[in-house]
Amino acid sequence: MYVPIMRLILAAKGCEPIYATKKEFEKVTDNKRDFLQSLWDFFCSLKLTMALLIGLALISIIGTIIPQGSLPPEYVQAISPAKLKLYKTLGFFDMYHSWWFILLLYLLTVNLVACSIKRLPHIWKTINNPVTTFNSALEKSLSGVAEFKHGGEAVVAKDRVVSVLKSEFAEPMVTEIDGDWHLFAQKTPWCRLAVYCVHLSVIIIFIGAMIGSAFGFKGFVNIMEGESVSKVMSRSNKEIDLGFSVRCEQFSVAHYASGAPKEFKSILTVLENGRPVPDYTNARVIVNDPLTYKGITFYQSSYGNAGNYFFTVSDLNGKNPVPLTIEGKSSVTLPDGSSLHVIEATRDVAQFAPELSGPAAQVELHAANGKSESFVVYANHPELNIQHAQQHGGGPVIHYKGAQERMYTGLQVAKDPGVEVVWLGCLLMVIGIYAAFFMSHRRVWVRIQNGVVTIGGNASKNQAGFQLCLDRLVSKLKSDLSEEEKP
Amino acid sequence: MTSSLLFNVTTFAYLVSMLLFFAFLASRAKALGTAGMITAYVGLLAQTVAIALRWKESYDMGVGHAPLSNLYESVVFFAWTIVLIYALLDIKYKYRVIGAFVMPFALLGMAWAQLGLNTGIEPLVPALQSNWLLYHVITCFLGYAAFAVACGISIMYLIKAAFETGGNGSSGGIIAMFPPIKVLDDLNYRAIMVGFPLLTLGIITGAAWANYAWGTYWSWDPKETWSLIVWFVYAAFLHARFTRGWVGKRAAWLSIIGFAATIFCYLGVNLFLSGLHSYGGGK
Repeated sequence: MYVPIMRLILAAKGCEPIYATKKEFEKVTDNKRDFLQSLWDFFCSLKLTMALLIGLALISIIGTIIPQGSLPPEYVQAISPAKLKLYKTLGFFDMYHSWWFILLLYLLTVNLVACSIKRLPHIWKTINNPVTTFNSALEKSLSGVAEFKHGGEAVVAKDRVVSVLKSEFAEPMVTEIDGDWHLFAQKTPWCRLAVYCVHLSVIIIFIGAMIGSAFGFKGFVNIMEGESVSKVMSRSNKEIDLGFSVRCEQFSVAHYASGAPKEFKSILTVLENGRPVPDYTNARVIVNDPLTYKGITFYQSSYGNAGNYFFTVSDLNGKNPVPLTIEGKSSVTLPDGSSLHVIEATRDVAQFAPELSGPAAQVELHAANGKSESFVVYANHPELNIQHAQQHGGGPVIHYKGAQERMYTGLQVAKDPGVEVVWLGCLLMVIGIYAAFFMSHRRVWVRIQNGVVTIGGNASKNQAGFQLCLDRLVSKLKSDLSEEEKP
Repeated sequence: MTSSLLFNVTTFAYLVSMLLFFAFLASRAKALGTAGMITAYVGLLAQTVAIALRWKESYDMGVGHAPLSNLYESVVFFAWTIVLIYALLDIKYKYRVIGAFVMPFALLGMAWAQLGLNTGIEPLVPALQSNWLLYHVITCFLGYAAFAVACGISIMYLIKAAFETGGNGSSGGIIAMFPPIKVLDDLNYRAIMVGFPLLTLGIITGAAWANYAWGTYWSWDPKETWSLIVWFVYAAFLHARFTRGWVGKRAAWLSIIGFAATIFCYLGVNLFLSGLHSYGGGK
């Protein structure tokens, strides 16, 4: 690359050309220019935009069909190892962060920047250096040009036109050329920039997203009632120090009469050096109402019971009862080799099954032969527990005896300093799209020459609607200028 | 009067309106087109009252919330927005015959909701207890409805274009009733011009809500991704207007594909894929 560029510079400075002939020199520079030009044209082309938008739409489908992030074991079992390896290599399991997806987004960004750079100077000129004289070439390019004769002095007619334009449309610029008057008025020229505002907004949103991923984090933490934490686990399994602690005072679930959940509520206290922070003591956090402290926000996300569940296991006839305790989510192995764990428990089963009462637990039993089943065991209905055992191979009878509850709350923890930038981008996008679609740059030219008034104009959008507005303006001018004649 | 009775009246009105528009197409009698439009307005009015009543009924039951919380309510609202957008189009442009291609969408929605979905009013689960629900659902569905109207117009465009290139002339009975091909192309663009900003707002309000409720404005959940896919398709449509070779038939096809993606985003994601919008699924 170095030598040819040096040669080009030398050539440009008028130094001795190093090429043998002028022709050769031109050929080389032309080739170079052709290449750069075609590269530039490639990035400026709307065809690339179309290809990228449709390509992104199609490719994005993959990640909605193939699971993303941590794979569920059933999925891994269901597909062949070769496929699994292929998908992993291609990055399908985290495709929205894969290099090829990011590359497409970068290409889209380069494309819209290049398009904007190519078209902006022309648009800028249209806005800032408008054609203020109404010559015949311009007249030919406009459709629906009207003209009529006016009596009296040209200057008087000009003043009338200025005042009509000012009151009915916009303040005109007036130019005098060889005794002819040229008037130019325009409305909302800046709306031609709206589309670039939308393009810019996309870039701002990307910048916001990058700030968020560089300087923010997303984490998760479980806190037991009465306990506090000062560190959370990020999604990439890194420990993050909050710089303060959070204590869960209480967690509770409220239900509707139907048994459906109504509210998940954590009462949290923020602690600095072990001391409660006044405004952040016993703060309520529910779904859709998070708590923010020092830029870090805590969202109600899940919950659970880490307390002990008590059971007895007996023979089919109710003999040889053995007490059994299961801690939280852990599993316990029964004497026959099967393992048992609790999925969910309630203090009163009546809200789910009105004809029953008392505590109940839904358990999952994995038999030694690999079979597993999930069922409900009751405290007040031993006959149902026996019935279940009889119907399912006559294994041990499990009775639920209740639980010692110890709730914990699961909180999503996030810090995203880029989020304001993203909202700024969104705002810009909405304003830009509105202006780009529903506003139009309207221009009117008037010429007063040899006793004839000629009026023309155009609009960047909705030409038909603008023509009606122009027609009204023409008839107004006509009646005004003929009034001028009468006295 | 109850909301469910009024919803039945609505469904019936949309059925009659659609049949009148079909009869209008076949007979070319102007009165039938006017009657079809009036019936559609009656249906729209009945449905508006019904939605308001259902809102009130939910408060009477003590679980007060806007009727936008499950599949039944969203399908009903979708039908309402389709007829609303069509009514606005009719007021502005007065091409009656479009009704024959738009009312079937509204009827399909209402019939499915009334016959196939659980119509009960349910209390809001914690995830939906937010004012964002209202802004998010209204903007999204108005956008979807504009795309439905654009899809109907695009189908008309393709039919008309096929007949005109087929050579058997613009004299063909039913086809002659269609607006000129250029007008259809323009109306398609205008409908999407309304739908696109609304979809954009719908995605942004969804992102804002997600950020407020979960701490992530974008998590590539299937519903989010599909809404972005729809956005890409219509963004391509809008850019196609400025690219030679992409106007006319290709643009009409893009509009139809866009609406197919919209419907998948709305229903397919809930029925076939899993994700954060699972409460939108039918029971």
